[in-house]
Parts: sequence; structure tokens; C-alpha cells
Amino acid sequence: MSAPPKTPILQLIDVRKTYATGHLEVEALAGVSLDVSEGDYVAVMGPSGSGKSTLMHILGCLDSPTSGLYRLAGTDVSTMSEAELAEVRNRRIGFVFQQFNLLPSLAAWRNVELPLIYAGMPRAQRRKLAFASLERVGLADRVEHRPGELSGGQQQRVAVARALVTDPALILADEPTGNLDSRSTEDVLALLSELHDAGRTIVLITHEAEVAAAAARTVRIRDGLVDTGELTGRAVRSG
Amino acid sequence: MNLLETFRTAGEAIRSHRMRSILTMLGILIGIAAVILTVGLGKGAQQQVRDEINKLGSNLLIVSPGSTTTSGIRGGRGSASTLTMSDAVTLSNAAVAPDIKQVAPVASSSLSVVAGNTNWTTNVVGTTVDWLTVRARNVAQGRFITQDDVDQGRQVMVIGSTVSSELFGQRSPVGQTVTVSGNTFSIIGVLDTIGSSTTADEDDQVVIPQTSYASRISTSANRSSITTMYIEATSQSSLSAAYQEATNALTTSHGVTGTNRDFSISSQQSLLTTATSTDQTLTVLLAGVAGISLLVGGLGVMNIMLVSVTERIREIGLRKALGATPSAIRRQFLVEASSLGLSGGILGLTLGIVGAVVLPHFLNQPVLISPFAAAGAVAVALVIGIVAGVYPASRAARLAPIDALRSE
Repeated sequence: MSAPPKTPILQLIDVRKTYATGHLEVEALAGVSLDVSEGDYVAVMGPSGSGKSTLMHILGCLDSPTSGLYRLAGTDVSTMSEAELAEVRNRRIGFVFQQFNLLPSLAAWRNVELPLIYAGMPRAQRRKLAFASLERVGLADRVEHRPGELSGGQQQRVAVARALVTDPALILADEPTGNLDSRSTEDVLALLSELHDAGRTIVLITHEAEVAAAAARTVRIRDGLVDTGELTGRAVRSG
Repeated sequence: MNLLETFRTAGEAIRSHRMRSILTMLGILIGIAAVILTVGLGKGAQQQVRDEINKLGSNLLIVSPGSTTTSGIRGGRGSASTLTMSDAVTLSNAAVAPDIKQVAPVASSSLSVVAGNTNWTTNVVGTTVDWLTVRARNVAQGRFITQDDVDQGRQVMVIGSTVSSELFGQRSPVGQTVTVSGNTFSIIGVLDTIGSSTTADEDDQVVIPQTSYASRISTSANRSSITTMYIEATSQSSLSAAYQEATNALTTSHGVTGTNRDFSISSQQSLLTTATSTDQTLTVLLAGVAGISLLVGGLGVMNIMLVSVTERIREIGLRKALGATPSAIRRQFLVEASSLGLSGGILGLTLGIVGAVVLPHFLNQPVLISPFAAAGAVAVALVIGIVAGVYPASRAARLAPIDALRSE
């Protein structure tokens, strides 16, 4: 069963990424082509060193491909300026990192409001949205806590709240459960499923089959190439 | 991201890295205070030397008689008595010497002054009323000699403070009488205390009217001969004109030529120039030391800023991933670095000024604040702080977000 015919929000055509380390050239992506439709929940799975993180960085406009074409909502990313890319990252994409990447000196809600600052939103409104977003991830009683005062699972939920706060169409999660115990893993995965049910496009990077099973579709990646796209896990939900 | 948010973010970053912020400010603070104080000390010393020289009288020329030649042996400057009161009258004439303001002719000799049963040997000076202003002196008690005293040849005397304490101790000398070479003089005033000049103890002398000196004290064959003439030029800039005029007038009236002049004229200028260049050297030296301390402080600031930015590259990467543009990152670090630089600068300025006020009480040495050095030091510190803070941040802002995020 293939995804319903929708406009691909993400479209990669023969994307390559080569890193030069000294004299050695490492090909992290060796020609990846991939479509992700709106509302899709894709798990990108592969062993470490397979290039899956590189793939996500390119999808998130955190890095640029060496060659190949990447269209984000129909626009060729390579034609965008730094400022346009910053705006794309700010408004269309929500990131959840394995390392959480919270600023330790800021309270939970101040971490969550960061993307809104760069969107130029007034403070009162930012506060309201940040609080709502934290409530949504079940941390309404932890808004004033700093990351150091929260457990790993709570920190990752703060990071998810931050990814949600701008109401982005696409959520990119890079090993979001890599540093979490099994209970927190379940929490975060449940949260992502909920977001998928609400109509968001999610790309999840993982090396664990159990985590990938939460997604509607899994793309296996090995040695910088996509294995034959095979479907596992839950059926694609409409919406 | 608007300006208010930029300032808020920068302020938070400064507060959350308290120790680092304090160290940065300390480096700037010490550098600036050092520059202000060392340059201030140099300027103070310079001023002190200048004051010392001005004690002799400002814009001063000193005319001395030429040398005598006895059996082929020349006696040196001042050994002849070629100057007379008429020379003083000549030079006082504005038509002859327009750049000369006042002339104080002085005839002096070292004599014993007797008060009751004490005596003190001091320099007895016979002069005119202009002496007080030409030598830049004041009267501490009583009055100075007047034109009337000079015209009438009164036996009145103004004494220096050393003479006063030697002869009268704590008692007030005004109204007392003393004898000099068997002549009785009544004391009408005491000169202010100025301490030693570069040539003599200016407080160890007594002043009487020139006419009294000529008629009662002088031992010269020509009773109107004088030992020195002090000439005050109209201003500092007309000093060399006054010098020329005095030279020409005396050469003419003495009927001598340039080669056999029977007088010589010296000025304070040469002394002042030497002294000024000496403490200019001192100022340059001190400024050098201060400059090095500013440089060292600046390098410290650079280091801290560099480390601070480097360890925050991850933060920069995160902010970029969340939608910060490179210019938003640059603005944040610019505000951060310049706030640190500016507050360090203001604190350093304050410390320098406080030091300049407090230090003289302990060092007995004036500290003059040079606005130029102060402004320069603050500017240098600011530039160092900003460049050291913004340059690495702006490089980090250009990195791909993921490279910044990955850096450890």
C-alpha cells in the first residue's frame, strides 16, 4: 500500500553529500531519492554511519547537499538565501534533537519561545503560545524549570514543545529517543503519533526497529543509499 | 528579532556567564585605569616642574653684568659692575622696548641682619616696586615697598619667611626694627613662602627700596650700579622679541658691539625647555607602560571573548536551527561585547578618576587627568572588546547550522 497521492512536501532527487576529511572523501549520501507527502509519518532507519543523520540535516536545511535536488514544498532549496533558509527553519520546520539542545540558562518556557523571538512575535503572545505548547506535552507544571531541573524525558518533551510552538508543517526528529529510558521513549513516541494524527508531517530518524515501528512507513538507508522502500508498522492515516 | 529582544538576549547571556563577564570587564577596567593614572602622573610631574620654574617669575629675562678682566684674567659673568639704574630706566621705556612689560633692577649683597640680640646673614636686595610682580611673589603679611618708599629712600624692609622665623621665631615681625650695616630698618611686610627655586632659597632674603640700598648699603664705587635686572616680557610669546630689544638697547647705550658686550641675558626658556623635554620623556615612558598594560588587558579580553564565543558555537548553531539569521546572531554578540566593553570602560574611567583624586594624598605628587588619554583608552578597550567578541561570532554565524551544532 503506497501513500495517498498528495503533493510531496519533501522531494529529494539523487541527493549526494560528500565530506572531505583530510585527504579522504567520505560519501555520506550516495544518491538518495525520496518523496515525503504531506501528512506522512516516515521513519528513516539505518545503522550508525549509514547517512541517515546527514539526510535529516539536509531535509532540515541545516546542511546543503553536494549535488542533487532538494525541493521543499516545491521550492528548490539551493536557490534560497541564508535569510530565506532561516525563515524556512523558523516557520515550516520543527526540530527535535537527540541531544535535546536546550539552553541551560533559560527556563523551560523561555526555551520554547526561542523560535518565536526570531519570528518577531511580541513577548506576551510568545509566552501564551509557549505555555500552551508545554501544556500540550504535559509539562504545564514545569514551565519555570530550567533544563537541569528536569529529567531526560521531560527535557525531550520541552524540545518537542519548542518544535511545535511555531505550528510547523514538518517535524524532523533525529533519534529523539536515543537518550531516553523506555518509559520516556513511549511518551515521546505517543506524542509524535498524536501530532501525526493532527495532520503534521513527521520524519523520524532512528536505528531502532521498535521506534521505527511507530511510523506509518519506514525508509531503510544503508551506505548512503535507500534500500527498497518497504512498508511496516501502522497504516498511513488519512488527514 | 527586534532591538529590545537583542538587548534582552545579550543581557541574559552576560548574566548567565557571570564569572566570565566579570573577568572580561576586569581586564578592560584595569587597562583603562592604568592608562589614566600613569599618564596622569606624568602630566602631574610635568606640571610640577613647570610650576617650580614659574616660581622664578613667568616670562622672565635676567640681565647680568659682563666679566671684568684683571691682569688678563677674566672674572666670569657678573663680576663687573657695568649695569646701572639708568639701564633699567632705558629698558622700561616702551618706545625702546615695546615687548618689555616691567623691569626690576636688583642690587644685592650678603649681609648680616640684626634684630635685638639675634642676627642672620642673608641676601639684602635693593629694588623697585615692580620686583613683586616680576618675580611673581606675594606679600603674606603687611605690605610691600611703595613707589613713595623708593622716592623718599625710606628705611623700610620686607623680609622672607626664612628670615622671619630665624630672627623672630613665632612672633610677628611687622613693626619690628632691624639693623643692617649700622642702619636701622623697620619691617613693613613678610613675603609668602615659595620654597627653593632652581637657583636659591627664595625665602631667605630681605627686600629694601633701591634708593635706600644705594645710599646706605652699597659699597660699589658707582652707588647706582646694580647686580641684576629682572625683565618681564609682555607674554610668553614675546619673550624672544623682548630679548632682542633688551640686547639692542643695552648694546647701544653701553656703546659696545656684539663682540665685547659687557652684559649677558639669560631666560627661563632654556631651563623650561630642558625640564619639559625631560618629563615628556617620562610621560612617553609612562604612557608606554600604560599602553602595554592596556594591550595585555586587551589580549586578556580577546582571549575570554574568543573562548566564550567558541564554547557557544553550539548555541549559535541551535539558534540558527530555530530560525536566527546570521545578522541576528551578529547583533546579539555585538551588543553583548560592546556592553561588556562599555561597562568595563566606564568602571575603569571611574577607578582612574578616583585614583587621580585619592593618590595625591599618599604620593605627594599631583595626578592630572588627560581627557585625550582617557578617551583613547576607552576607545581602544571598546574596539578590542567588540572585535574580539564579534569577529568569531560572525564567523560562527556563517557556518552551516549543523556544523555549529556538532562542534564541541
